[in-house]
Amino acid sequence: MPKINSIEDLKRLREEAQKIKELRDQTGKTQIVVGMGTVGIAAGARETLKAILTYIEDNKLTDIILRQTGNFGLTGQDPVVKVTLPGKEEVVYAKVAPDVAKRIMKEHIGNGNVVLEYKISE
Amino acid sequence: MAYYRSTILVSMDPVCVRKGAVQVKDQLIAELKVLNLMDEVEILDTARIGDPETQGPDILVYPEGVHYISLTTDSVKPLVEEHFIKGREMQQYAAKLRDITDDEVRAPKEKEIRVILENIGKIDPRNIEDYIAVDGYQALAKVLNEMSREDVIQTILDSKLRGRGGAGFPTGMKWKFAAGAKGFPKYMICNADEGDPGAFMNRKVLEGDPHSVIEGMAIGGYAVGANQGYIYCRAEYPIAVSTLNTAIEQAREYGLLGKNIMGTDFSFDLEVRMGAGAFVCGEETALIASIEGSRGEPRVRPPFPATKGLWGKPTNINNVETYANVPRIIQRGLEWYTSMGSEKSKGTKTFALAGDVMHTGLIEVPFGMTLREIIYDIGGGIKGGKGYKAVQTGGPMGGCLPEQFLDLEVDYETLGAAGSIMGSGGMIVMDENTCMVDIARFFMEFTQEESCGKCVPCRVGTRRILEILERICAGEGKPEDIDMLHTLCDEIIQDSLCGLGQGAPNPVVSTLKHFLNEYEAHIYEKRCPAKVCRNLISFQISEEKCTGCTVCARNCPVGAITGERKLTHHINKDICIRCGICEQVCNFGAVEVN
Repeated sequence: MPKINSIEDLKRLREEAQKIKELRDQTGKTQIVVGMGTVGIAAGARETLKAILTYIEDNKLTDIILRQTGNFGLTGQDPVVKVTLPGKEEVVYAKVAPDVAKRIMKEHIGNGNVVLEYKISE
Repeated sequence: MAYYRSTILVSMDPVCVRKGAVQVKDQLIAELKVLNLMDEVEILDTARIGDPETQGPDILVYPEGVHYISLTTDSVKPLVEEHFIKGREMQQYAAKLRDITDDEVRAPKEKEIRVILENIGKIDPRNIEDYIAVDGYQALAKVLNEMSREDVIQTILDSKLRGRGGAGFPTGMKWKFAAGAKGFPKYMICNADEGDPGAFMNRKVLEGDPHSVIEGMAIGGYAVGANQGYIYCRAEYPIAVSTLNTAIEQAREYGLLGKNIMGTDFSFDLEVRMGAGAFVCGEETALIASIEGSRGEPRVRPPFPATKGLWGKPTNINNVETYANVPRIIQRGLEWYTSMGSEKSKGTKTFALAGDVMHTGLIEVPFGMTLREIIYDIGGGIKGGKGYKAVQTGGPMGGCLPEQFLDLEVDYETLGAAGSIMGSGGMIVMDENTCMVDIARFFMEFTQEESCGKCVPCRVGTRRILEILERICAGEGKPEDIDMLHTLCDEIIQDSLCGLGQGAPNPVVSTLKHFLNEYEAHIYEKRCPAKVCRNLISFQISEEKCTGCTVCARNCPVGAITGERKLTHHINKDICIRCGICEQVCNFGAVEVN
């Protein structure tokens, strides 16, 4: 670890440390999970994930946790994306191509409207 | 700022580095590059995550919060592929992360203000960066860069911070004396010899937020001109000692302790000294003797430690909680600090609520809160809906305060005027079923045992008081005992060498004052009103309530209970040893105590 040699060093370290502390806190954040099993990847889940990442970056969204998981087990439905807004029921989407992902990001995460055409009922 | 879906924290603890953390990190970067994940996954350095000796090199992956341990360069490739491409946690390297929540400290109640306890259970005490994230060491930086020694002392004087060890001496004055004393080198000492039964606020601070004490000591060291400090902690607090040592080690690595702190010309270092748990070593001169390697016995003051302390050099001693207040005062300002508390005592105080109260445990309130608010609003009242009898504040040398003091606004002066002390903040609540003579006997037993024996009034006096109290509780009290107790107490208070002896008779003095009727009942009527003292009570079985179930007879260890099944049972008082088992086992409440 680098030694702290000035008040500026300490302030910089504080910012880094605060960021790390922030990562630990997951309450009140939107969760997006992309199914990335072998089937998912073959069906284009990487591109979907990329599209979501780009959308978050372009629109400077905060408080979103994007994570990946293995196969959702929904045969023929990949890529599968699960969205959970804080305090809301989770919604699972099927066949999420990159442009569908963008729509979900805009309508569901942006405005809170579930994109019904791609939603799978449990 | 770019958005990363995942963040890898790599522990750069020196031990982890020795075990190859840098190579693991380089390998991580290489693998992520190969898989074209560098713009999705971020890699950051951090201080220790797990135990470096057994788990290093280790990494922490967010947002999942998975802790991967004992990594090698070979394990990086499969790990990256599994975790970041396939999204599966790699069980074989994953470990459970240490939980930093603290179940000994509850969430604050409505009327509490948490300052000293604010970080406990919220930051990882073994990771210095967690403390830095909550503005840690900012006060030290401010002091070293912007304030003169006099400024610091003046700020502490103006804050009206007072010694939290119990006596309430203004901390700024103490620092001023030590700063003005001739002699070199000077020393800072932290008194962490917490010994009051039931009090554990200092232990909790050392275990949960050790850097606040270290920072406070460094600021004090700068103010008085000391370059070396000692934390005197008892060996019965092994977790506190190991947490402190880790914290000191980390502070040194970060350049926050040691030579030329933060690039300035101020140097300050700390060491932990362990005591063997003698109660008297909480007294400052005894504590100094113990650090020097001598017997923990107090000596006559003056000279005070500020002029002639550790190894004969000027020494400043404060309590754990006092030091923990210092960085907060500097960082958040006088206005904030003096807005809390009473006229003469500013800020907050931690208390350890114990005894017959609903919610026991650590609390923190501003000075000036009434005992009633503390016991009823925060403590939830008396256990089992029973009546209040007394509260004993300040540990074994405190006094017992009866009901008429419930609206007392707690600070150093009011408690002193009421015949008790602030002490380190122990608060033992007693319900109506407590025998006050027995309580006085209990505390006397403690102080008598802990008396170091150096001076006669304390060594012999406490023993004599204990003997008299034991006799009274055994039903052999004599009418002249009360006068004798008064005389003994007066003489011990006047003639003892240190605070232990001067405070030891307090529980007796206060119970004699407020509960004289109980002493008289024991002595003249051979009766214990609270039905506690075994020799003064008798058991008998109620004819109306007894169903003849035989439970009591079967459980009586001496066979004192006789009776036919389904008929009223009887206790033979000549055989009965008054153990109370029959009362506990009876399902019908038929055993009565007289």
